[in-house]
Amino acid sequence: MPIIHIDNKPYEVKEGKNLLEACLSLGLNLPYFCWHPALGAVGACRQCAVKVFKDEDDKKGKIIMSCMEPVKDQLRLSIDDTDARNFREHVIGWLMTNHPHDCAVCDEGGSCHLQDMTVMTGHSYRDYHFTKRTYNNQYLGPFLNHEMNRCIQCYRCVRFYKDFAGGKDLDVFAAHNHVYFGRQEEGTLESEFSGNLAEICPTGVFTDKTLKQHYTRKWDLTSAASVCQGCGLGCNIIAGERYGAVRQITNRFNGAVNGYFLCDRGRYGYEFVNSGQRIKTPMVHHGPADKANGIPVLQHVHQRMKPGKTIGIGSPRASLESNAVLKELVGEENFYLGVSAADHDLVSLSLKILQQGPVRSASLQEAAAADVVLILGEDVTNTAPMLALSVRQAVRRIPVEEVINHIHMPAWQDAAVREAVQDSKGPLYILNVQETKLDELAKGAYHTAPDNIARIGFGVSHLLSSKMPEVKGMSEQGKAIAAEIAAVLKTAKNPLIIAGYGGGSEAIIKAAANVAWSLRDLGIDAMLTYTVPECNSVGLEMLGGHRLDSAVDRALNSEVDTVIVLENDLYRRLNQHRAEQFFEKVKDVILLDHLYNPTAEKATIILPAGTFAESDGTLVNNEGRAQRFFQVFAPDSAVQESWRWLLQIASINGHATLSGLQHFDEVVSHLAHAYEKFESIDHLAPHADFRIAGQKVPREPHRFSGRTAMQANVDVSEPRPPQDTDTALSFTMEGYRGEPPSSMIPFFWSPGWNSVQSVNKFQVETGGPLHDGNSGKRLIEPHGNGQTPFYTEVPEPFLPLKEHLLLVPLYHIFGSEELSVHTPGIAERIPAPYIMLHSEDAKRLQVTAGYLLHFTDNGHHYTLPVIINDTLQEGVAGIPVGLPGMQISEAPQLIKV
Amino acid sequence: MEKPLTQHIPASGAPLHLKEYEAVGGYAALRKVLQELTPAEVTGRVKDANLKGRGGAGFSTGMKWSFVPAEVTGPRYLICNADEMEPGTFKDRWLLEGNPHQLLEGMIISAYAIQATQGFVFMRWAYKEAARIMNQAIADAYAAGYLGKNILGKNYSLEMQLHTGVGRYMCGEETALLNSLEGKRAIPRAKPPFPQVSGLFGKPTIVNNVETLSYIPHIISKGGDWFKSLSYTADGGTKIYGVSGKVNKPGAWELPMGVTMRELLEEHAGGMKAGFRFRGALPGGASTDFLTDAHLDVKMDFAGVAAAGSRLGTGTMVILDDRTCPVGFVHNLEHFFAQESCGFCTPCREGLPWTEKILYALEQGQGTYADLEQLEMHTKLLGPGNTFCALAPGAMEPLQSALKYFREDFEQHIKEKKCPYADHTH
Repeated sequence: MPIIHIDNKPYEVKEGKNLLEACLSLGLNLPYFCWHPALGAVGACRQCAVKVFKDEDDKKGKIIMSCMEPVKDQLRLSIDDTDARNFREHVIGWLMTNHPHDCAVCDEGGSCHLQDMTVMTGHSYRDYHFTKRTYNNQYLGPFLNHEMNRCIQCYRCVRFYKDFAGGKDLDVFAAHNHVYFGRQEEGTLESEFSGNLAEICPTGVFTDKTLKQHYTRKWDLTSAASVCQGCGLGCNIIAGERYGAVRQITNRFNGAVNGYFLCDRGRYGYEFVNSGQRIKTPMVHHGPADKANGIPVLQHVHQRMKPGKTIGIGSPRASLESNAVLKELVGEENFYLGVSAADHDLVSLSLKILQQGPVRSASLQEAAAADVVLILGEDVTNTAPMLALSVRQAVRRIPVEEVINHIHMPAWQDAAVREAVQDSKGPLYILNVQETKLDELAKGAYHTAPDNIARIGFGVSHLLSSKMPEVKGMSEQGKAIAAEIAAVLKTAKNPLIIAGYGGGSEAIIKAAANVAWSLRDLGIDAMLTYTVPECNSVGLEMLGGHRLDSAVDRALNSEVDTVIVLENDLYRRLNQHRAEQFFEKVKDVILLDHLYNPTAEKATIILPAGTFAESDGTLVNNEGRAQRFFQVFAPDSAVQESWRWLLQIASINGHATLSGLQHFDEVVSHLAHAYEKFESIDHLAPHADFRIAGQKVPREPHRFSGRTAMQANVDVSEPRPPQDTDTALSFTMEGYRGEPPSSMIPFFWSPGWNSVQSVNKFQVETGGPLHDGNSGKRLIEPHGNGQTPFYTEVPEPFLPLKEHLLLVPLYHIFGSEELSVHTPGIAERIPAPYIMLHSEDAKRLQVTAGYLLHFTDNGHHYTLPVIINDTLQEGVAGIPVGLPGMQISEAPQLIKV
Repeated sequence: MEKPLTQHIPASGAPLHLKEYEAVGGYAALRKVLQELTPAEVTGRVKDANLKGRGGAGFSTGMKWSFVPAEVTGPRYLICNADEMEPGTFKDRWLLEGNPHQLLEGMIISAYAIQATQGFVFMRWAYKEAARIMNQAIADAYAAGYLGKNILGKNYSLEMQLHTGVGRYMCGEETALLNSLEGKRAIPRAKPPFPQVSGLFGKPTIVNNVETLSYIPHIISKGGDWFKSLSYTADGGTKIYGVSGKVNKPGAWELPMGVTMRELLEEHAGGMKAGFRFRGALPGGASTDFLTDAHLDVKMDFAGVAAAGSRLGTGTMVILDDRTCPVGFVHNLEHFFAQESCGFCTPCREGLPWTEKILYALEQGQGTYADLEQLEMHTKLLGPGNTFCALAPGAMEPLQSALKYFREDFEQHIKEKKCPYADHTH
């Protein structure tokens, strides 16, 4: 490794980095703005100036921008040099000429990179005595505020939004000191990743608008490490609370998962925690439990739990611990997976393929490094948004590798590399029922019915390996597409095949497996990503249970008196008719959940279950990565974790194995012992007795204010803070001030680094993993032994049928997920329900766009306005899934219109 | 005295049409090149002549061409930088309007040397007449077989197009020009990679100035020794010099490289107008340091002007007289530079307007000694390397030299709380 001399001290640094990265990775403080570890360097802000010297005798040196210079062995540089310091201080001075100095009323204040860098450079006295230029701000939709006067023109926003995330409606306008970052005209930012601007922006130009509704300074937040509940990817988040309400979600860096970014559903979908629909007290017969016969609510539950007649229904949005405790409480034979038949079939098949097949599931990081990507039947931007961001990076891999050799520049020279790459893209092929946002990046994007997608997938695998089944009667076009894709895949090193629940088709999932397996057979290091619908879909499936349908059948046979429903709304899992039948036959419904929902209407007893913010738990994402989320705050109501409620019930019941378990660690450990596959979840994070220097890790930063005043209107004495007996975190500001283990970092903060940029201080190197590794444990690894399995059942081609339409599910990032729709901002972005038709079908049905079409799906009568989209195959119609007002949709099925 | 570049331009300034150009030997060099010379030989001849770029930087043209990587396949570009926007500079316009085919012939030969597939003339927006003339010349050259497929029946093809800018000074910087030509914002690029390696659309590209390219046919026809013999100094050839300001005969002249400032001023520009005394001059356009009457015997070549503490730049002098306020003069320049900053890097975007405001305050009698320190500081901090490109360092050259040579004027503004020239100028 090269040695560089910084202020006459030798340091060993990593080859290929720039000097700024090298200095920051060494833990040295060097201010910067325009550079970002995920975006590379462009040399715009001039803030990271240092002096370099030719040799030991060179006393004069030369100022250079450290972000633009590569590490070279024996290079001599000075951060501390007077000229360099003076220049850096003046850069801040220049940036401040027009900055409004409105920190006191700025949402960024206290977590502002501009503040930090200003202090770091020592700029404190204002020399500029002329007037400032001012800008008009724009309305940018429900997620972001815009305050252009604070802008320091670092260009990071457009570089992230356009270059990195592929957005089109944010740009830089005008020139000289009137440069303006915004939209061409006011309006909602269209990108699904717009919220990252709040973290990318080093000052308060783009700030979180949901935070503004209930504003709190970073230093007044009680925060904890958490995992996003918005989809199956399990992005790492930090949730911050004050006065019993979650105020903000920010990114929690995990190099293997979400890196530095989150999608807008993940960032903004949290407000269901604060919803007026929250269940906060135990209810019996829809009245407060404490008024019900004077019996404690748990007694009510106990009375209703008749052996052999009580079943439990788990949930893919509840923690592994809660599901496992319920399963044990009701007994294996009485535990049902609270997922729709379609989701169950798709997820269990995906899981089986990953567990039993020879191909590894890809992390988001690995997906971003794929050289060829094939997407089968999945609109990734809507079903697993951050995976779309990974795919956007993956298509750059081959062109970037090509140009850096030719222009002799490192990949972090962002402007030079993008210039040389131009529009060149690596191979991405998309087969989907209709157009997707990623199509613009694809070498080929084809739209056809799910069975036809599967057939092309099978066709590709057959071309790769003759072992794979042949597809009979394939159209010429289908053959050509399969041949093109197979030819490209054959040349790949790390191809990624993506499929999942979004396609609603088992055949597609099998076809994807065949493609990946046949590549594996050729010795190609292929990866598979299956998207799953919910945050713990995989965890629940791994835990195992009976199909929900059989629970209904059992109830219809009058074999169920009581059902315990865990964090679930069965109306989203069963069609309305079946759900009604089920609830009619079951005498007592005991529901543990967060929000009033249609299932709650049917419940005899409702127990207020903690959301992710009020619970500790474990989730398993689509990769098979188990991740721990920590309770953010102690609720001042009866709300508690579902697993705790269930343990209390078990205790009253005198349950043989669960009685006596109390604390989270005990539950985890019990679970890890009970299931070999969950063994490693006991090591996801330190246990409750973990201490550093004898201290717990505080959830509140050292500047947390008003602790004695917060409750002063109630009681002037300082209340005893809540005790956390479940984890090594405390609910106070007292505790260990250093860096906690990465799995439990409650906030990124470091001396002199108050903003989110402080994550640098927690990493092995800039952009690299956190000090003790990327958190989470993979529970699924490929099965390397034996013959490559393969699927043989190739579906018949789909051909349009007279008087029928094939109804396929369409997903929406805003609207298809159950809980996030309770955030007002997200609610604003939900599309109105519709039925999407091909124009030929519309003609046949004599309808036009906007026409209200009546049809019945799965026993549910719909009247929906028509949208025309000719990227659908004729004979295929799409309806949005999960939107308020929509019933569940089973796998693609024919309907008569 | 030979004037190869301008000898055929009619006194009226009207353009030399294709037939007239051919009649005086035009396109003979191109024929020779396509019939006799390999691309490497063309580059070799230009290198031998030691032709230095006339755009301002003075880099060896042949050397620049030789950096185009031979192994890279695909399109390559040759671009003529005709975005002449340096204040006080009007030399390229003379060539563009007067002898467009000379430039085109130079471009075709140069394109051949680097095996370019496409040429562009990137022209200043305001040069409407030159644009009209150039479009006509390109059309005529296509019609005559000098452009297009298989030029003159040989195995070399080149497309040519005129592109007019939208009036940004920044586009005169070659990498910003490339961005602009691609339809992107006119911001400069970091070098390396140089345009020779990754230029227009990321492909190998050479950008040369109008005057430089116009010389190519002559160097091919008459050789390097002839070229060197034209000059008074080590930098070969003639140079188009210009003088503007309160002189009797402002204008531009093609003269041997290395004439003195005095000769330019007194012999060609006819001396100062009656009632005006010479105080200083920007020797090579607005972004060069002032020279004063102590420097009148400086030879106007790259090395000579550099030794005197300024730059030859475009070789077009702007004269400061004794009745024009140097502070106002510099304020005017800084206003221009601040406005033309692309806004990409901090020191230029924020620093230039600051200097402009200070200079305006001084002119209004509201300046302080602290302001002078601020100006001094800016001249030091906006130096080469500190900013992203050369715009801000160039903008600081007239300011730093004005502070050096005309400091008493600045101080007078502060002491008298007004512009001492306010009564008898403007």
